[in-house]
Amino acid sequence: MHSKDSKTNFASLRDKILGQNGKEYWRSVEEFVDAPEFEEFIKYEYPEQAEEWDSSLSRRNFVKVMGASLAFAGLSGCVIQPAEEIVPYVNQPDGLIPGKPLYFATSMTLGGIATGLLARSNEGRPTKIEGNPEHPGSLGATDIFAQASLLNLYDPDRSKEIIYRVEPRTWQDFMKAIRSKVAEMGDGAGIRFLTQTVTSPSLIDQFKRLQEELPGAKIHQYEPVNNDNAMTGTKMAFGSPAQAVYKFDKADRVLSLGSDIFSGFNVRYIKDFAKARALSTEKNEMSRLYSVETTMSLTGAKADHRLAVKPSQMPEIATAIAKALGVSGASSTYSENAKWIEEMAKDLQAHKGKSLVVAGRNQPPMVHALAHAMNGALGNIGQTVEFIEPFRPNADITQKEQLAELIKDIDAGSVKMLVILDGNPVYNTPSDLKLSKQRMDNIPLRVHLSEYQNETGMLCHWHIPLTHYLESWSDSRAYDGTVSVSQPLIKPLYDGKSIYEVVQLFFKEAYEKKDLAVVQEFWQKQDLKSVPTAETTKPEDENAAEAEKPLETSKEDSTPEPEVKREAAPSPTPSAIPVPTATPVPTTANGTSAPKSFEDNWRKVVHDGFVSGSQATPKSVSVNTDFLSQVPVTELGPGALEIAILPDPCVYDGRFANNGWLQELPNPLNKVTWENVALVSPNTAKKLGINHKENDFAGGELGTAFINTKGGNLESDLIEMTYEGTKLSKAIPAWIAPGQPDDVITIFLGYGRTRGGKIATMEDGTGIGYNAYELQKSNAMWFGKGDVINTKSKTTVASTQTHFNISHESVGTRDILHNWTFEEYEHHLKGEPYNSEELYDKSMYGNEFGEVYAEHNRWAMTIDLNSCVGCNACVVACQSENNIPVVGKEQVERSREMHWMRIDAYYSGNDINSPDGPHFQPVLCQQCEQAPCEVVCPVHATVHSAEGLNDMVYNRCIGTRYCSNNCPYKVRRFNFLLYQDWDTPQYKLMRNPEVTVRSRGVMEKCTYCTQRISAARIEAEKDGRAIRDGEVVTACQSVCPADAIVFGNTHDKNSKVAAKKKDHRNYALLNHELNTQPRTSYLAGVRNQNISMPDYVKVEVKEEKNGKGH
Amino acid sequence: MAQLFHRGANNVAKASLVLAVVLAGVAFFAYSIIARSSYLTGRYMERQQPVQFSHRHHVGDDGIDCRYCHSTVETAASAGVPPTQTCMNCHSQLFADQPYLEPIKASFRDNKPIKWQKVHDLPGFVYFDHSIHVKKGVGCASCHGDVGNMAAVYQENTLQMEWCLACHREPAPNIRPKEEIYNTSWNPRDITDEQQAEVDEKIKSLRSKELLTSCSTCHR
Repeated sequence: MHSKDSKTNFASLRDKILGQNGKEYWRSVEEFVDAPEFEEFIKYEYPEQAEEWDSSLSRRNFVKVMGASLAFAGLSGCVIQPAEEIVPYVNQPDGLIPGKPLYFATSMTLGGIATGLLARSNEGRPTKIEGNPEHPGSLGATDIFAQASLLNLYDPDRSKEIIYRVEPRTWQDFMKAIRSKVAEMGDGAGIRFLTQTVTSPSLIDQFKRLQEELPGAKIHQYEPVNNDNAMTGTKMAFGSPAQAVYKFDKADRVLSLGSDIFSGFNVRYIKDFAKARALSTEKNEMSRLYSVETTMSLTGAKADHRLAVKPSQMPEIATAIAKALGVSGASSTYSENAKWIEEMAKDLQAHKGKSLVVAGRNQPPMVHALAHAMNGALGNIGQTVEFIEPFRPNADITQKEQLAELIKDIDAGSVKMLVILDGNPVYNTPSDLKLSKQRMDNIPLRVHLSEYQNETGMLCHWHIPLTHYLESWSDSRAYDGTVSVSQPLIKPLYDGKSIYEVVQLFFKEAYEKKDLAVVQEFWQKQDLKSVPTAETTKPEDENAAEAEKPLETSKEDSTPEPEVKREAAPSPTPSAIPVPTATPVPTTANGTSAPKSFEDNWRKVVHDGFVSGSQATPKSVSVNTDFLSQVPVTELGPGALEIAILPDPCVYDGRFANNGWLQELPNPLNKVTWENVALVSPNTAKKLGINHKENDFAGGELGTAFINTKGGNLESDLIEMTYEGTKLSKAIPAWIAPGQPDDVITIFLGYGRTRGGKIATMEDGTGIGYNAYELQKSNAMWFGKGDVINTKSKTTVASTQTHFNISHESVGTRDILHNWTFEEYEHHLKGEPYNSEELYDKSMYGNEFGEVYAEHNRWAMTIDLNSCVGCNACVVACQSENNIPVVGKEQVERSREMHWMRIDAYYSGNDINSPDGPHFQPVLCQQCEQAPCEVVCPVHATVHSAEGLNDMVYNRCIGTRYCSNNCPYKVRRFNFLLYQDWDTPQYKLMRNPEVTVRSRGVMEKCTYCTQRISAARIEAEKDGRAIRDGEVVTACQSVCPADAIVFGNTHDKNSKVAAKKKDHRNYALLNHELNTQPRTSYLAGVRNQNISMPDYVKVEVKEEKNGKGH
Repeated sequence: MAQLFHRGANNVAKASLVLAVVLAGVAFFAYSIIARSSYLTGRYMERQQPVQFSHRHHVGDDGIDCRYCHSTVETAASAGVPPTQTCMNCHSQLFADQPYLEPIKASFRDNKPIKWQKVHDLPGFVYFDHSIHVKKGVGCASCHGDVGNMAAVYQENTLQMEWCLACHREPAPNIRPKEEIYNTSWNPRDITDEQQAEVDEKIKSLRSKELLTSCSTCHR
């Protein structure tokens, strides 16, 4: 039944009946080659095509079991509810209404860059993270890390007590021990601090003051994902290090040199980029993105033109582009891709001052310097890119050099005391600068402050639990230098200490200070009170670039945020949970003109979450191209292949390895969960015989380039890898990645944790995945040469790429994704916009509920595929908002992951080696008006609400799974097992109290965040008005950095969603085939290709039969 | 082989067919009675509370408004059980030395909350909101009964879904004039013409039956 024939039949059938111009899209390698394994998998995933039940249970036994089930089913009604208690406050805090969430501004810092957040607090428990709409680094959006950081707070594996050589100790013990030691050390010679990237003005100041007291002490900063290359690059180009601030919203043409602008933990860039790219009924111009990169990234996927190159070629290509752009002194002999470079350069030059060249942080400094030189030549500096003073102190010295210095001193025996403040250097330092056990033994006293008792903690005398950012006060800087403040929402769950408190211990006087005191005192000295009256704050001389702008004092939020109310201080908590450290202060009343005390200003800053107007002023830079004469020396080791190293898109550098949400979050491109793989191109896989079955020849009808690599990825070969002469201790699964350049293998950091916690580390002490830090070397941090050997043993990788396929066999079409060229788009603009409702007549029942829907709010959603960058933030936000459980790798392999929302990644094109895409399509419940799931439910557990939501009633569901089998979109998720953790007390605090926690045997799915609709409806009803547009914001919509998701009431003609539905790109998924009348619709993605480019793909614009923009 | 069954067995067989139907009917009837019984629903059951608090005394005799203690009934989903502080507002002066107030004083002194026994307990998958019901004109007594005359509070109604739905399908009889919402002993027959006009206005503004009986109105 499977393979060629059926597909050809359906293909021809489709062309004949529908006469449409759907492209061929495929999601996985298996699908592309039409692998029989894939067909088998699809059949078993949903039993719609399954054969008759091969019954091992006899009919008689079946009747017995059924009878017993029925009898017991009746008994379930006879359960008396257990007695419950009501525990009110003794003294109810002001401003707190039990049952009403409060929102507090705070910020999360990753890699030294702060994202402003609003954390939702239900009776003192943080339960959801939202972006702070006014914070420049967020503008209301957040990324996967900020969303998932909530789970880290409640992680039961966090370290819970102060430990001295395995024994628990008190803070007093630690204080005594450290202080006596510091007193012995005199001027502090031999004391070393090792931190991650520090941008906190108050911490920098604290260290500065400490160094006055202890001039011999030294501070080193190191974290694996850092700005070293960017800093060195600016030093090469401008003579002094600087930090680039890009303005993607002003750039019409963007060239990315290996930069993944969409996953660089700065959601603001996605916001800006989406703004420049957005198409609407008013605006039909969009920006164009060129990408030169090695590994397919989100940026490469979104690029209009992508060039896949080996990592070692990048400097050459960058030089060639620089030459083409007329950078003085650039000379190049690089001759490949000449036409590509020439045409691209022409396009950039045609947009002087409105173009932008961005280099990735893993690119060599040379590429960064060249990017700056190109921006200089294009007149972009000051327009689309600005440079500011680096935030971190000692920016002159790279973090790698700082680490090397520390290691040298340890080896020399001059380090007497090492204080590791956050981070995990034993695990994540490069192999030749490894903070190994041997080196650690060389230090007489080692102190470790961290949220986890991890690899580093195990080798330290003292381990101190670190507070989570939701448990402590701190400050930091956003991408543009804006000072951001973090405030605690909850008292430390495990009596953790902040970095400030530990550093303070080293002072002679006032050594016992809380984080709030340290941060507040610093800002008091900075004369924060003068901030509102147009004076500068100068947190430190090195980062003197502070703002001249006055604080906005006269107005409240400029954009109305009806459902989000913010308070100025942490809310006190019910007595079951500890009360936070700070005294509550009421919401600051803005708008008073009286001179303000520091306290008033401080309250405003805490209320806002940042000091407005404190972004750094750009410094003037001039490009000096002398660096071009220094030919970069790249000494690479032996090996036939090049190997690129990247941080993992989900667990980052390994710090999120114990986070179940991120582990189970499908990698945005290959959808791998729960481990890291080695990416290999289809051609290279064929050459090396990887993921390929012997004597098995099959060419998919789509193409022939991929002929012999049929085994695909469902079963992966384990390969042994050598990188720059070092062999990886573990064989790693290979993964064929379309779009990967040939002879390049990409591996990911962040896995192979031996002391990561119950999730990151298996019971036998081996980490899941492999540890790429074993290979990283200080002279080959991000790429090098190496070899692989195929061990021929197989492993199963849990990837969701093949899951929940909108099966063309059952639906009879592959017309699921609309991705147009710009020419197609312009053609469609001439036609009529899509109108799904006319199809109602074709239904046997007509518009059955039409009258009901006409009288009520008509909730609907549009997802703009042109804006969506596939960053996954919505998936985690949905998981957090809707109490969605994590199921584990083994269950993911059975396609039982519970995410209500998935992002399908479709490739197109006939060459799997350089396909078009992937194009992303988030799929959630489409809320069909004529829902196929409803009619098959025997117990009416899924029915329509009057407002058109496809309600799911958990307590009625008996788990027949008929609905999910009948759902053409495959958006229903079944609790096959008791996935939800009902026992761990920490998780009880974390859950959203507004959403039922589902148990085993229950179907669940997206309901457009019906709890948020209910809340808005009740408030509107109380005020006797209609729900305003924008009052209901779904979790996925609010988190989306690209503003791709719009939700609202289409009866409201002025609503945003009604406008989007009129867009010519609007289309509904499978509506033409099945007439389901989904409330969710999509706006087609558009590729803005450059016609002169050699890889320009011309698509014939077909006239459709009925002229509808289907 | 001899006949296994006596001839009369035929009658037994026939009778058992009828009996089976009757028994099934009786069993179903019994089940429906038991399911609605106070044994299973907790209706009319008084609970032992840590403090012998009498609504009859505080509301009926002293005339304290419901909202003095249940202060969030108009603003939040939960009507709110008062913090110990609220009790102490009066009882730091009144009857301060009475032994039955000791749990209150102990709570206030030791900063330990009082653990009240829940009387009206909805399942976890039901999301009831007090504020909107009050706003729409449903009086406290419609669900809670004449609390002002209860010494110990008990559950007046079954709180089963059919009971909820009865009102969601036909809310009009339970809509009261504004000033009588918190009067638990109000008799609808005492309604004045003016009040009737107000109630009629309120009934008009109610959401449609379709929306009120949509699953997601109460279940999420």
